[in-house]
Amino acid sequence: MTMLQISNLTKRYGGQTALDGVSLSIAPGERVAMLGHNGAGKSTLMKMVLGLLPPTSGQISIAGHSPGSRSARDLTAYLPENIAFHPALTGSEQICHFLRLRGRPAQEADGLLAKVGLADAAKRRIGTYSKGMRQRVGLAQALIGSPALMILDEPTSGLDPVSRREFYALLDELAAHGTAILMSSHALSEVELRTDRIAILSKGRKVADGSLSALRRDAALPVTVQLRPRQGCSAQVAVAFPEAKQVGGILTMTCLQTDKLDILTRITTLRDTIQDFDFFPPSLDDIYVQISRSAA
Amino acid sequence: MPLRVLSTFQIELAIALRNRWLSIAVAMMVLFSLVLAIAGAAPSGALGTDRLSVTVASLTSLSVYLVPLISLVISFDAIAGEVERGTLPLYLAYPVSRGELLVGKLAAQLVLIIVAVCLGYGTAAMVAFWFSGWGAMDGLPALLRLVWTSILLGAVFLSLGQMISALSRRPSAAAGLAIGLWLVAVVLYDLGLLAAVVADDGGDFTTHVFPWLLVANPADALRIYNLAASDAVGAASGLAGAAQSIALWKPLTSLLVWVVLAAGLARAAFERVEP
Repeated sequence: MTMLQISNLTKRYGGQTALDGVSLSIAPGERVAMLGHNGAGKSTLMKMVLGLLPPTSGQISIAGHSPGSRSARDLTAYLPENIAFHPALTGSEQICHFLRLRGRPAQEADGLLAKVGLADAAKRRIGTYSKGMRQRVGLAQALIGSPALMILDEPTSGLDPVSRREFYALLDELAAHGTAILMSSHALSEVELRTDRIAILSKGRKVADGSLSALRRDAALPVTVQLRPRQGCSAQVAVAFPEAKQVGGILTMTCLQTDKLDILTRITTLRDTIQDFDFFPPSLDDIYVQISRSAA
Repeated sequence: MPLRVLSTFQIELAIALRNRWLSIAVAMMVLFSLVLAIAGAAPSGALGTDRLSVTVASLTSLSVYLVPLISLVISFDAIAGEVERGTLPLYLAYPVSRGELLVGKLAAQLVLIIVAVCLGYGTAAMVAFWFSGWGAMDGLPALLRLVWTSILLGAVFLSLGQMISALSRRPSAAAGLAIGLWLVAVVLYDLGLLAAVVADDGGDFTTHVFPWLLVANPADALRIYNLAASDAVGAASGLAGAAQSIALWKPLTSLLVWVVLAAGLARAAFERVEP
C-alpha cells in the first residue's frame, strides 16, 4: 500500500520543462527526502501533489484520492518554503485559526505550540519572532490532527542544529505512527541520516532514489587517506607511497572504497615510520554533488 | 463551511484592528463629516430646507470620494499580502475554498466600512440636532439612506480592491493600481462625461447615452439615488432637476448589481492566481 503515488509526472511552463517524467511512491510511515538544486523542480512537484498546480501530464494519487480534492486536503499537511505569517497575529491566534479551518477544537493550540517549543512565545505577536520561531509556527500547523501525508518544503532552513535535531525527533514520532513524509532540502548534510530514502532531482528529472548507503555506493567516490610520518622518516614513507602528495609534512592520497584494506596493510608494514593516519570517507555533500553532476 | 468563513472573518478583523485600519477609516470619516456638518449648519433659511438635509447633500459628495478610497486602502492587500508572506499556498492546501476565504475577508473589511460610515455620519447627525433641535428630524430618512447606500458602495470597492489584489500579486503594485482605479472611477470618469456632454452640446449623446453612463458608475449611482430620493436634499444640492430626470430604480439597481458583479470579478481574478 502506498500513501503517495506519483507516476510519470511532467510540468511545462511554455517551452520550459520544470518537471520531466518523475515517478515516486511513499508508503505510510516512510520518510523520503527530496534533494535538488534551486529550480530543480522540488517545490513544483510538491505544489502539484497538493493540487495547487495542474500537471501537464502524469498521475498523482493520495491514498487513492486526486490531489486538491477535499479528502486529499483532509489527509495532507503542508509546510511551504519561507513562510512568514501575518506579523500582527500571535502564534496562538494563528494556530487556532488553522485548527478551526481543519474543523478541530482551538484548545489543541497550546499543546501544538508546546510541542515545537513555542509555549512561552504563544501570546506574543509573530512580528517579534525570529526566523526559526516562524518556521516552528509553520511546523506546528503541519502537525494538526496527525496527518497521513506531510509535505515539507525546506523545513529545516532557518533552524539551528539543536532545533533541527528536535525537528527530526518529531518526524520520527510521526513516522512511527504511520505518517508518510516527503520533505525537500538543498543539501544532503541537512537531511543527515534521519530519512529512509533519498530522491535526487536534477533539472526536473529524478536522477537517484534509494537509501543513503545505496547512494554512497552508486556515487563510487574515492576515500582520502592522510599519513603523518615520524620525525625524519618522510623520505622513507614517500618512497613507499609514490602516489601520495606531500604538503607540510603530511602525505595525502586517494583510494577506492574497495582498496581501503590494501592501503591499511601497506601502512601496517611501515608502522615504525608512521606516527598517525586517517581515512576520510566522501562527505554527504560530495556524494550529492557527484550524483547530480554525473546525471547532468 | 460557515465555521471556516467565521474563522477567516475573525482573524481578518483582528488583523485590521491591529493594523489601525479601523482607526484611520473612522478618523477620516468623522473628521470630514464634522467639517461638512458644521459648514452645513450655517443659516440656510433661503432654501427652505432643514439643516440635516443640507448636510446630507454635502455628505453625499463625501461618500462618493472617501468611501471608495477607504475601501480600496483596506482591501488592496487581501490577496497580494498573502502571496508575499507565502501563506496563500498554505491556505489553499487547507480544506477551505477560495470563495470561503474571499467571503471571510470581505465580511471583516465590510465591518470596518460599516463602523466608519455609521460613526462619521452619526457625528454629522449629532451636529445637526445640536444646532437645530428636533427640526433636523426631517432630514433623518435621507441620512439613513445615505448610510446604507454608502455601505453598498463600500462593498463594491472592497471587492474591486480584492480583484486588483489578486491580479497584481504584489502589494506595491496592488496599491498603485488601487489609486489608479479610484482616480478613474470617481474623478476622471465624471470629467470625461462632462467633457463629452459639453462637446455634444445637447445632442443625442446627452439625452440618450449620458444618463446610462452616469448610472453605470457605482459612485455616480450613489450620488444620483441620494439626491433624487429626497426633494430637500436635491434642492440643497442644487442638482434636483438633473437628478430627478432619472428614474429612482435605475441608480439603485446599478448599485446592487455592482455589489454582486464586483464580488464575482474578485472571485474570478482569485481563481486565476496560481500559488
